[in-house]
Amino acid sequence: MPDLLLELFSEEIPARMQRRAAEDLRKLVTDALVERGFLYEGAKAFATPRRLALHVAGLPVKGQDVCEERKGPRVGSPDAAIQGFLKGAGLASIDQAKIESDPKKGEFYVAVIEKPGRSTPDVLAEILPGIVKNFPWPKSMRWGAASREPGSLRWVRPLHSIVCTFGPETEDPEVVRFDVDGIGSGDVTKGHRFLAPGEIRVKRFDDYAPALERAKVVIDTDRRKDMILHDAKDLAFAQGLELVEDEGLLEEVAGLVEWPVVLMGSFDEAFLDIPPEVIRTTIRANQKCFVLRDPNTGKLANKFLLTSNLIASDGGKTIVGGNERVVRARLSDANFFWKTDQQVKLEERLEKLKSIVFHEKLGTQYERVERIAALAKELALIVGADPELAERAARLAKADLVTEMVGEFPELQGLMGRYYATLQGEHTSVAAAIEEHYKPLGPSDRVPTDPVSIAVALADKIDTLVGFWAIDEKPTGSKDPYALRRAALGVIRLVLENNLRLKLYDVAKQSLGILTAQGHAGEGDPEKAELILLDLVQEFFFDRLKVSLRDRGIRHDLIDATVGTAAHSLWDDLLMIVRRVEALGRFLDTEDGKNLLAGYRRAANILRIEEKKDGWAYNEAPDLQIVNDQGQIEEKALAVVLDGAKREAAAVEAEDFEGAMRALSRLRQPVDAFFDKVTVNAEDPALRANRLRLLNSIREATRTVADFSRIEG
Amino acid sequence: MSEPAHMNPARSFQGLILTLQRYWAEQGCLILQPYDMEMGAGTFHPATTLRALGPKSWRAAYVQPSRRPKDGRYGENPNRLQHYYQFQVILKPNPPNLQELYLGSLKAIGIDTALHDIRFVEDDWESPTLGAWGLGWECWCDGMEVSQFTYFQQVAGFECSPVAGELTYGLERLAMYLQGVESIYDLNFNGLEGVEKVTYGDVFLQAEQEYSRHNFEHADTEMLFRHFRDAEAACRKYLEAGEPEADANDQRHLMALPAYDQCIKASHMFNLLDARGVISVTERQSYILRVRELAKACGAAWLKTEGGGVAA
Ligand SMILES: Nc1ncnc2c1ncn2[C@@H]1O[C@H](COP(=O)(O)OP(=O)(O)O)[C@@H](O)[C@H]1O
Ligand SMILES: [Mg+2]
Repeated sequence: MPDLLLELFSEEIPARMQRRAAEDLRKLVTDALVERGFLYEGAKAFATPRRLALHVAGLPVKGQDVCEERKGPRVGSPDAAIQGFLKGAGLASIDQAKIESDPKKGEFYVAVIEKPGRSTPDVLAEILPGIVKNFPWPKSMRWGAASREPGSLRWVRPLHSIVCTFGPETEDPEVVRFDVDGIGSGDVTKGHRFLAPGEIRVKRFDDYAPALERAKVVIDTDRRKDMILHDAKDLAFAQGLELVEDEGLLEEVAGLVEWPVVLMGSFDEAFLDIPPEVIRTTIRANQKCFVLRDPNTGKLANKFLLTSNLIASDGGKTIVGGNERVVRARLSDANFFWKTDQQVKLEERLEKLKSIVFHEKLGTQYERVERIAALAKELALIVGADPELAERAARLAKADLVTEMVGEFPELQGLMGRYYATLQGEHTSVAAAIEEHYKPLGPSDRVPTDPVSIAVALADKIDTLVGFWAIDEKPTGSKDPYALRRAALGVIRLVLENNLRLKLYDVAKQSLGILTAQGHAGEGDPEKAELILLDLVQEFFFDRLKVSLRDRGIRHDLIDATVGTAAHSLWDDLLMIVRRVEALGRFLDTEDGKNLLAGYRRAANILRIEEKKDGWAYNEAPDLQIVNDQGQIEEKALAVVLDGAKREAAAVEAEDFEGAMRALSRLRQPVDAFFDKVTVNAEDPALRANRLRLLNSIREATRTVADFSRIEG
Repeated sequence: MSEPAHMNPARSFQGLILTLQRYWAEQGCLILQPYDMEMGAGTFHPATTLRALGPKSWRAAYVQPSRRPKDGRYGENPNRLQHYYQFQVILKPNPPNLQELYLGSLKAIGIDTALHDIRFVEDDWESPTLGAWGLGWECWCDGMEVSQFTYFQQVAGFECSPVAGELTYGLERLAMYLQGVESIYDLNFNGLEGVEKVTYGDVFLQAEQEYSRHNFEHADTEMLFRHFRDAEAACRKYLEAGEPEADANDQRHLMALPAYDQCIKASHMFNLLDARGVISVTERQSYILRVRELAKACGAAWLKTEGGGVAA
């Protein structure tokens, strides 16, 4: 079956957009085909800096024929009606129509219209211009003389030519002819900009890919990546070194070349005094080069790997020389920053934070540091850190934002602070906390464990959350410009992974107090504050907690049954909530748990039905007198254990969740027996009402542990 | 290359300028001279900013001394100066082969594409003060950024129609590369040797030191604030004065260029104040916005002039 080859040849497409664009092209074209009834066997798209290409294999030569019947007028209708019908159906005479009959309508004409399937190239020529014109580039532009006219073609960079062919393997394919804003499709493309600049005539994908390969263009990004990685490792190995792998950089570099040639350069060993992260960041961000390390010591080597786009006539000597010169200049800059930064102590930099606005309504970075320091000091007591150290670390945590190095490489924030703190002789925990207080940055990032780091990391995040809540800048939908969801998840992980006992509401309240004392976020109206804090803790945090527990594979119904249902003093203690969820899960796995759940449901069902019938909720405690005087033995037994079940409430308070579950499990046998032997809907209304109240007590008893109504399965 | 050293782009700084001028003259560009005002980049020259607006075709090339007060390093950084030269080319509308023309200019100055790795790396250009943006690249030669290549999409808040292509060569860095020296100050300026040799440092090192002191330590901030306000007010005043009467037959604006000078001035005053560190982060944004408002108003006025496409 025939294949489609499409290539859109342009000026250099930004590396970061290539993969997505290829995928969009594939999807848009195949979706449009399928929508028109054209099925295909396979499709693959490719991208290089100068082209997007698409191969769709196994398309039909033409679309399916369709046969359509159209009802016409009755036999013997006036001529005008007949003529109208013939015209509409495209028939020459009425003889071409068939006659059908219907008991109600009698005999009438039916036109059978055969619509032959359209040829695939015709359909492609119709589909493709629209796809090119409306291509979803993240950023696109107009260019050249055509841009005089409104509505001229937009592309990511100027589009120069289009190849589009269609045909079977056995014959010469045809060019699918169409035109987009003056660019006509054809069968001619170009090779590598410098190595094979000539024109290449192509037939179909099977000769396109190898022809380009001969013209020094590898169209498959993943293959270019493999080539780079392979050559980079080889070159490193030959020098007894090891490549510092970097997937993001590899992807980017593969998007900057059509024909990768990896070369090795070196720099003065003296630069190795600069922190390795700085060397790596400089060389990566500015030069897009890989760094290497000594596999024995793990230390960086004074070598780097660049990926050029050229098989140079001198074997790459000039290219390496040029790159070495730039790397040298960059490292000199970095070295200069590294040295000059050390001349000013971190605490002397704080003054400068006064001129950096954190947020218009939340004051300067300086004020923020004050808040974090105050909160970290309080939190230190809770997390077991030295309050003085926590405060010191918090004070210095943001000072590196005004160093030269972080000004140049913002991604080094925290890390540089740690280096400079160590050099000026700060306590190791303080230095570590300066780096680690940003952590965890994402679900896979490490969570700090040093108590000083924990205190500052929590203070930083809670201050952020409370601040933005107080000024009503909460995340909505996909919009979360201040990364508040990440901050909340960070708090949750810090607490859970360090087994911290922390009453979130109380801490948030302290944080809000510190903020309002600075004169930000209103006067601290206590009612409003209460609403803000409850919204933050109960809505936002609990939601985040559910998401994170779900991600850890904990049954979502158990989470729903537990999170936010406890009406006791541990309600905002994240660790205890999780312990409760876990204990509940274990209990429900036991025979007792399963049966109690069944008993609970039976009780709840009966209550629901009867309460609805009576229009009355049986919320009062059962009358023990009635139980004693008129009740059956099973009923009496149940009343006794239910009374004892108050103990589990106490157990929950005492954080003995296993105990609470054990107390619950004692209910199981009497509940079963009750349902076995006792008829709830007794003749005597007083007895019936009391039995319903007894059922209600079962519901109540379970509620202190979890909301059983939300448990599924 | 057969040229004498004082004309040779690989041997002298001036040879580089002369070669680029010749090359672009051959491509049909007017060879203009620098604008006689202090500005941060060649883009500010009215031959780019204003000529990029309106329907008229335009091709020009020129050197523009560019002042970036904050980039001052007291003459101690080998490749960053507070005053350096940009070579600026503007072609409107951009010809379809602009990339080839650019590569041709590199060839003309002696960069052989069989030996050197030339790359177009995404770098979208934006000038918040000019209300301008475009898409394009940094052009790399063996890992060094030697030019900026932009297709203007918007200038002074107006869509460019047609789009102009702008090329900016950082002349000192390019020359360092061609001459194989490690510091801008070591560049051979005149291509001569021995006692007759004049280096870039001979010409500009003292200036870099003095201006760095000026920019960071002594520039009179009170005066600069005042000049900023004055330029802003003057700009508005000239714009208003040049505005045609509502009922006049001729609806052309009469003073777009003098008004735009004041916008250039305000922008430079802001850059000096910024270097002196007297503009806080929040204020910064509002100063940028104030200059942008001027640029927009000047662009609007220019579009009502003959140069902006209004028939005489
Ligand atoms: N302070 C400087 N000193 C010397 N050369 C510079 C300096 N800043 C930039 N350049 C050079 O000038 C070129 C254009 O600079 P760029 O900052 O991109 O200008 P623009 O703001 O006009 O786009 C760059 O390619 C770079 O090589
Ligand atoms: Mg730039």
